[in-house]
Amino acid sequence: MKRRSLGPWLGVGWFAFVVLPWNAIGGQGFFAFNWIATYPLDVRVASATVQWLHHGRLWLLLPLLVLLTASFVMLRPAGRSRESWLLIVAGSAGLLGVLAIALAIDITGWTSPVFGAVFGPLPRRQPGLGYGAALFALAALMFLCHGLALRGWVKGDAFVAGSIGLALSLVGVFTLFPISRLFVRAFVDQDGKLSLAALLARFVNSKVWGIGGVVWNTLELGLLTAVSATLLALAFALIVTRTRLPGRNLISMLAVLPMITPPFVIGLALIMLFGRSGALNALLELVFGIVPTRWIYGLPGVWLAQTLALTPVAYLVLAGVVDGISPMFEEAAQTLRASRFQTFTTVTLPLMLPGLVNAFLIVFIESLADFGNPLLLGGNLEVLSVSIYFAIVGVQQDPGRAAVLAIILLGLSLGLFLLQRRLLARRSFVTISGKGEGAPRIALPPALTGIAAAIVLPWVVLAVVVYAMIFAGGFFEKWGLNHALTLRHYATTFGVGFADGSLQWTGGAWTSFTTTLTIAAISAPLTASFGLLVAWLINRQRFAGRSAFEFVTMLSFAMPGTVVGISYILAFNAPPIELAYTGIILVACFVFRDMTTSLRAGLAALSQIDPSLDEASATMRADSFTTLRRIVLPLMRPAVIAALVYSFVSAMTSISAVIFLTSPRFDMATVNIVGRAEVGEYGYASAYATVLIVVMLLAVLLIRMLVGRRQMSS
Amino acid sequence: MSHIRGKGTVLRLAGALLSVFIVPCALAQEVTVLCNFEVDWCEALKATYERTTGQKAVFIRRTDGESLAQIRAERTNPRADVYHAAESASAKQLAAEGLLEAYKSPMTGELHDWAQRIAEENKYFQTPIYTGVLGWGYNTELLAKKKLPEPKCWKDLINPAYKDEIQMANPASSGTAFNTVSTVLQMMGEDDGFKFFAAMNKNVNQYTRSGSAGIRAAGKGETTIGITFLHDSVAQTVQGYPVKTIAPCEGTGYEIISSAVIKNGPNPEGAKKWMDFVLSPAGQNVAIAVNKFQIPSNRNAQTHPMAPKAADVKLIKLDLDKYGSKEGRDRLLSRWENEVAKAPK
Repeated sequence: MKRRSLGPWLGVGWFAFVVLPWNAIGGQGFFAFNWIATYPLDVRVASATVQWLHHGRLWLLLPLLVLLTASFVMLRPAGRSRESWLLIVAGSAGLLGVLAIALAIDITGWTSPVFGAVFGPLPRRQPGLGYGAALFALAALMFLCHGLALRGWVKGDAFVAGSIGLALSLVGVFTLFPISRLFVRAFVDQDGKLSLAALLARFVNSKVWGIGGVVWNTLELGLLTAVSATLLALAFALIVTRTRLPGRNLISMLAVLPMITPPFVIGLALIMLFGRSGALNALLELVFGIVPTRWIYGLPGVWLAQTLALTPVAYLVLAGVVDGISPMFEEAAQTLRASRFQTFTTVTLPLMLPGLVNAFLIVFIESLADFGNPLLLGGNLEVLSVSIYFAIVGVQQDPGRAAVLAIILLGLSLGLFLLQRRLLARRSFVTISGKGEGAPRIALPPALTGIAAAIVLPWVVLAVVVYAMIFAGGFFEKWGLNHALTLRHYATTFGVGFADGSLQWTGGAWTSFTTTLTIAAISAPLTASFGLLVAWLINRQRFAGRSAFEFVTMLSFAMPGTVVGISYILAFNAPPIELAYTGIILVACFVFRDMTTSLRAGLAALSQIDPSLDEASATMRADSFTTLRRIVLPLMRPAVIAALVYSFVSAMTSISAVIFLTSPRFDMATVNIVGRAEVGEYGYASAYATVLIVVMLLAVLLIRMLVGRRQMSS
Repeated sequence: MSHIRGKGTVLRLAGALLSVFIVPCALAQEVTVLCNFEVDWCEALKATYERTTGQKAVFIRRTDGESLAQIRAERTNPRADVYHAAESASAKQLAAEGLLEAYKSPMTGELHDWAQRIAEENKYFQTPIYTGVLGWGYNTELLAKKKLPEPKCWKDLINPAYKDEIQMANPASSGTAFNTVSTVLQMMGEDDGFKFFAAMNKNVNQYTRSGSAGIRAAGKGETTIGITFLHDSVAQTVQGYPVKTIAPCEGTGYEIISSAVIKNGPNPEGAKKWMDFVLSPAGQNVAIAVNKFQIPSNRNAQTHPMAPKAADVKLIKLDLDKYGSKEGRDRLLSRWENEVAKAPK
């Protein structure tokens, strides 16, 4: 059985070696297919085989040896031990070979004259590794993992071994490698020399650590936001799942609305509402004669904006968990004559703990990494993410300082993560056990319903007002100056016309809109499946380095987007991996930045599902892949929805991460909106934002429809 | 097994969308511009360039600091051809790092003397495209409501009547503010200049990150006075906000905005064509169409009728290198940090 699963990977390996271009196609990229014209003999588009036979590039014999070895193993009958060792050696050699080639050839040719002497000279401007090299490396990785599985690693499960290998390599290439490129800068002083003193001087700085310093501010803000957003989300989740209040479906839609809003838009709306000349202040002054102040600029404003923006994230994490609590336990408590209030505090609430802690943690970390709100509403409040950005692009131009601040930020996020692990360690939250569960949900005690409603109501009112303003902004000639109604802004953003007998996309927003939609639609399923797969590996499999692995997946999530962005250009601008100015770099950035949320949602959901269900499936001879697909995934549907929705929306609305990654062909919607708002075209910005919100809302509904709801009982 | 079917649909959808990656074949001769103008100006410039020269151009909108960081990050493999609308000091730094290519455009002869002088001083690693004058704007409605006097001179700005009414950008993050500080230091002398800013600290309600944020806030009535370039202030008035622009009575400084060719860019010929275009009257007149009020460097270019008049402005003699060098910059920022940021509110 294991060798059958090896077959496809052999096919991939040979295809990559013989057919696919080994190196990256410059210019329009691989999918423009204009490289076909000079294929197969031109060295720039040639496969490894042709480069070796026709162009005499002898170092490409190594992949051939690897593939021959693996094919030999495939053809031989049993003989477990030697077979597995051969695979391990071939796989490792293939991976190390690709790594060696990556290190030996950079954009200028050979990195050392020794290679040139042995293999012959290479011209300048070498392309990076392409699909051929990438797929070959993937095949080699799978040989290695199969070999390890044959030797009994992870109970000899080839699927699990392959998944772990793949996840580790991807996280290594797309998270560890870029971040390490940036962190090296922390040791470089202003004159470009390596120096430990420079690191220490930047690290021990009263502006950073003192009371009112940037670390203090960041933590204070993170804590406030995490508490308020988690509480609000809990109230939301309880009202939606545990009460029969009218309009609760509407509330559940409203709860996710701020998430599908480009970040700057909420901030702008808040200024129009609560700013010194905002609508509310104008009203207060008119009625009560209260002199308007600038309270919104600073901690209160950022806190408000973040609470508004991050409650949906907490809600999505919580909703899955609250929904997943089997009524059985509550029913048991009630049978034992517990009051509804007692049931809630002693059974329901403790069972929600993993969800609450996860929501708190994610909000806290997102608050630390948030860039748009502190930038717009921060006033004189210094927080880490903004300081890092201006250390890179400000007048100081000190990437070293940025790197040190980024390390501190990362330390804070990872510290929180460790805290969460300790809090939840060695407790069971299993509630889905596969045993008969047909009981209806226990309703929330009336007092609690009241409290929850009282918490939710102001939020709902605020959200409705903010959205009404954004919506109206697109129809006013000029917000605050001229409130004549107009459709002009929609014409300049999404205008369509007929000219020369064909459809013309005349609106200025179309290009960035379709790019953003495409990138988000590609990223979301990748992000969700990768995150959930990793969650499953971490929760259900036992392998060495599991905690370290979980730790590493947090890295790029805990980094502010700008840092990820700049480290991505540092890492992927030049060969061996040349992705800058492509759509792939955007997709990669989103996948590895947002997978953590999918991962946390997956972990929270998995901790509720009894592993005995998996075991039952395994007993019936289902392999691990089948169990994952047919047992675990269907039970995790709320988590799947949360993961897909979050990834999609985050890719659509992200701004800080893409500041450095957009390119002429890949302009993103948020960047476009901010650029327009900057020159005072609020109508354009509002119209564009409204369309984005509607499209994301439709996408969220579509995702819910496609994935469906979890069927708790028949 | 509806979930499996669902997943398949999602995958097929993604597959269909992947086809969007197949970009319709663009001309290989396009020039890639890192454009530090506001986005509407970049768009108009690109359109005019393509129409008048028949060449293709693509641009990436960046702020000056972002462009600087990006060009440095891409040093082994530059992707853009032109660093457009660079602050003179930024272009100077990049030239010193060997990341720019010298280019003397045939248009140079048509430029104003000041522009020719700066291009020559920089050995044609950059050529100025416009200059902007420092000053401030104030919200006329708020000023009247609070019954405040009109701030006409730098020294007026430390009047206690303006407590918490002024915004300027932080010189550590914004080139505009850096320019403001170095102007005042050169006018008043370094020590007195810092005393001035320390005294003004009581009146500043926020040091914004972006140079033009203060005047935009003044337009929306979030602050009364915003210190910035005159052209940004005029833009607020033209958009319809109640903003009046002031050129300080004692005299004021200015910024020089240049364009530069990036070394080893993919399309060096295109870069030169772009430079010729933005230095020509045709390229500089684009500003008028998109309501920009800077002072163009080409003698034959037109200036927007609303633009600040040279006659109304008293320019001081500015030594651009005094605080533009690394040592000067570090000294200015550290003194700012110690003497202004920590000054009593």
